[in-house]
Amino acid sequence: MKDSICVKRKRVSDYVMYGLIYACAASSVLLLVGIILYVLVKGAGQINISFLTNVTSVLRGTVGIAGNIVNTLYIIIITMLIATPIGIGAAVYLNEYAKPGKLVSLIEFATETLAGIPSIIFGLFGMMFFAQTLGLGYSLLTGSFTLTLMVLPLITRNTQEALKTVPDSYRSGAVGLGAGKWYTIRTILLPSAMPGIITGVILAIGKIVGESAALLFTAGSAYTLPKGISDIFTKTLSSGGTLTIQLYLSAQKGEFGIAFGIAVVLLVIVLLINAATKLLTKKFDVNREK
Amino acid sequence: MKTNQSIMYSSRHHNTSEVTAKYIFLISGIVAIFAVCSITFYMFLKGAPALPVVGPLDLLFGTVWQPTAQVPSYGILYVILTSMIGTGFAILLGVPIGLLTAVFLTEISAKHLTMIIQPAVELLAAIPSVIYGLLGMMVLNPAIYKLEKLIFVGKAGHQFTGGANLLSAIIVLAIMILPTVINMSVSALKAVPQSYRNASYAMGATKIQTIFKVTIPAAKSGIMTGIVLGIGRALGEAMAINMVAGGSVNFPLPFNSVRFLTTQLVSEMSYAEGTHRQVLFTVGLVLFIFIMIINLILMAISKRGEDDER
Amino acid sequence: MEQKTKISVKDLNLFYGENHALKNVSMDMKENAITAFIGPSGCGKSTFLKTLNRMNDLVDNVKITGQVLLDQEDIYGAEVDTTTLRKKVGMVFQQPNPFPMSIYDNIAYGPRVHGIKDRHKLDEIVEESLRGAAIFDEVKDRLKKSALSLSGGQQQRICIARALAVHPDVLLMDEPTSALDPISTLKIEDLMEELKKTYTVVIVTHNMQQAVRVSDDTAFFLLGEMIEYGNTKDLFAYPQDKRTEDYITGRFG
Repeated sequence: MKDSICVKRKRVSDYVMYGLIYACAASSVLLLVGIILYVLVKGAGQINISFLTNVTSVLRGTVGIAGNIVNTLYIIIITMLIATPIGIGAAVYLNEYAKPGKLVSLIEFATETLAGIPSIIFGLFGMMFFAQTLGLGYSLLTGSFTLTLMVLPLITRNTQEALKTVPDSYRSGAVGLGAGKWYTIRTILLPSAMPGIITGVILAIGKIVGESAALLFTAGSAYTLPKGISDIFTKTLSSGGTLTIQLYLSAQKGEFGIAFGIAVVLLVIVLLINAATKLLTKKFDVNREK
Repeated sequence: MKTNQSIMYSSRHHNTSEVTAKYIFLISGIVAIFAVCSITFYMFLKGAPALPVVGPLDLLFGTVWQPTAQVPSYGILYVILTSMIGTGFAILLGVPIGLLTAVFLTEISAKHLTMIIQPAVELLAAIPSVIYGLLGMMVLNPAIYKLEKLIFVGKAGHQFTGGANLLSAIIVLAIMILPTVINMSVSALKAVPQSYRNASYAMGATKIQTIFKVTIPAAKSGIMTGIVLGIGRALGEAMAINMVAGGSVNFPLPFNSVRFLTTQLVSEMSYAEGTHRQVLFTVGLVLFIFIMIINLILMAISKRGEDDER
Repeated sequence: MEQKTKISVKDLNLFYGENHALKNVSMDMKENAITAFIGPSGCGKSTFLKTLNRMNDLVDNVKITGQVLLDQEDIYGAEVDTTTLRKKVGMVFQQPNPFPMSIYDNIAYGPRVHGIKDRHKLDEIVEESLRGAAIFDEVKDRLKKSALSLSGGQQQRICIARALAVHPDVLLMDEPTSALDPISTLKIEDLMEELKKTYTVVIVTHNMQQAVRVSDDTAFFLLGEMIEYGNTKDLFAYPQDKRTEDYITGRFG
């Protein structure tokens, strides 16, 4: 009898590979933990009420990111107000109205392509088109329009996925009762698809918060707060730096305190958004099981 | 109670909202097409004018970039090379690590370990690039500087970069593409039918042999998709590497301060004027063309992957 | 007593692309009666049922020739408003498909589609329909609960109630009990007896015993053709066509 089956075959190269594999896997966790810890350690000290509610002003001697927070909120709200209806509309068209053919392929190709364009190109386009050609200059509106194009594919894709999971029997049932297509969409399909749509919206907000390259040449870097009720609307036409832009500028200027403070705020927002998405997808899956 | 109603068209009011809705949705769909066309159009519109002025060959193959000199020179060869080499090495560094992590997650890891690593990867993907840049400046650059001092001690003729150089940029890029590569590879590996693995085990192969000789080759197309996606992301990254790469136009060597196509735009767009500005638009066009080529390759690969599966 | 004809089909042909799925079907269905369609799988009985409320319009590549007269109006005429058609001709599907809403909202959906907004009117209609489907007493205390929380048999009766809520003349039922347990099946068959007093019922069934128990007239379909049609008792006792006889006696299908 030759090879006994009771002796375990050991290959040195296997051990080496296992070692490498474990090392690589560990590195992603270590990386993440390292990043979070470092940012928290360096930045937590910066965070206090004053930092979050004041605007940096040499005159008043204050240091704060309130202006940037407000700018970020503006950009999120305006972008989502525009991108959400268009994104959902496109998904509804693709899933409910369109017949397979050239137009559908073209729309899907365009959406895929938009998803693959890096933010710096969007920034360049935004600067050329919205700022210069349309004359909006450095402004929150310019930034929002630019980001709308960026998050559009995200919303369209998520809404499409959500609509696909709505059972066809709902559609037949509604049509059998004499309901028109749009009526069916707004009374049954969209409500059923809501969790998926909301997930897409939250993911888009996450992307907006983290965006920098597309805003550098479109929304600018100012950080004043609106001065009154009427200023709330006119502010959209003036330049405004978001949290990410301010982080970048502060880091370039060597103001690392501010930079790390902002980093902490950004990390917290990102973590919250991530958690919210997870919760929603879990709830969505549970609903689907029923 | 009967309807006793004729089924012929009586009122049309209920139909106008239906028809309007259909057109509104159609228009929403077309917005994407319109956007892509506009972007492409503008890139070419703004990027083309500088070409006849500077001369495409001088632009693309010139190595001297001095836009503000008395006699300006607009050669971006080194910049193009930096983007290509920087991206290439980032891939060389990031893909193996990403792939092995994906292998760990799908083939080796126990449930509780996956529950730690999977969310970690997702979070890494969500971190804003400026934070990577910030950490690069604060942690990576000093470390690379130490390395630089060690290697080049006493060697005259080396321009010290303080750690802000190609090597730092490559490391940061590699880290940033990790989540992309990991996610796509995990999908691809999960899609490999268990029967392939079983057949391999049944022949007496070890787990490692099975993974590398059977599973990974079977997941090739999905993994390739991940790699191409990673290339796209690395080529398009601007802010993070702007903070760690230095910013002088040099031949891409690891310890040289360098400029990428993207950082070229970030650095100079704010103050460029006249021809200088137009040349920057052309740089944007070059970048755009690179990205579009990568995207088209990506779509071709994923489509071929779908066709193969049928 | 001679009953009126509610639906009259003349030379109906249906094509799915190249596939000639229904061949020259002609028949008259009586008002306030239950007409059953039987036949082996794939014979076209469900397809034919769906031509009666133009649900086939939703499928790509479908071509239909011939006439379907509902109260002497051709439902395939150029001027026909399909939403009114589907108000007059309701449908219950094989798999119960209540909407993910409360029981009340499910029943009220149809009336709301057709413009009824008044709360009191809707309350009336909901109760009337649930009674008509013999399920009011079982659900009257939980009208606001989700319809998905009911059993399969109850869900199907909710779907029937939902179809009744728009006050149709005709009720089409596509294998309504094939997904249900025997007890629910019998409950729904009893219901059909009641329903025919007010409505014209057309049902597709693959269960011959059900056709015998429930229907007044039966049509036998095979490979897209209607082979034989007549009074149920007569058709089953003395089938005229050999193919009908073979099917009924179980030689195929």
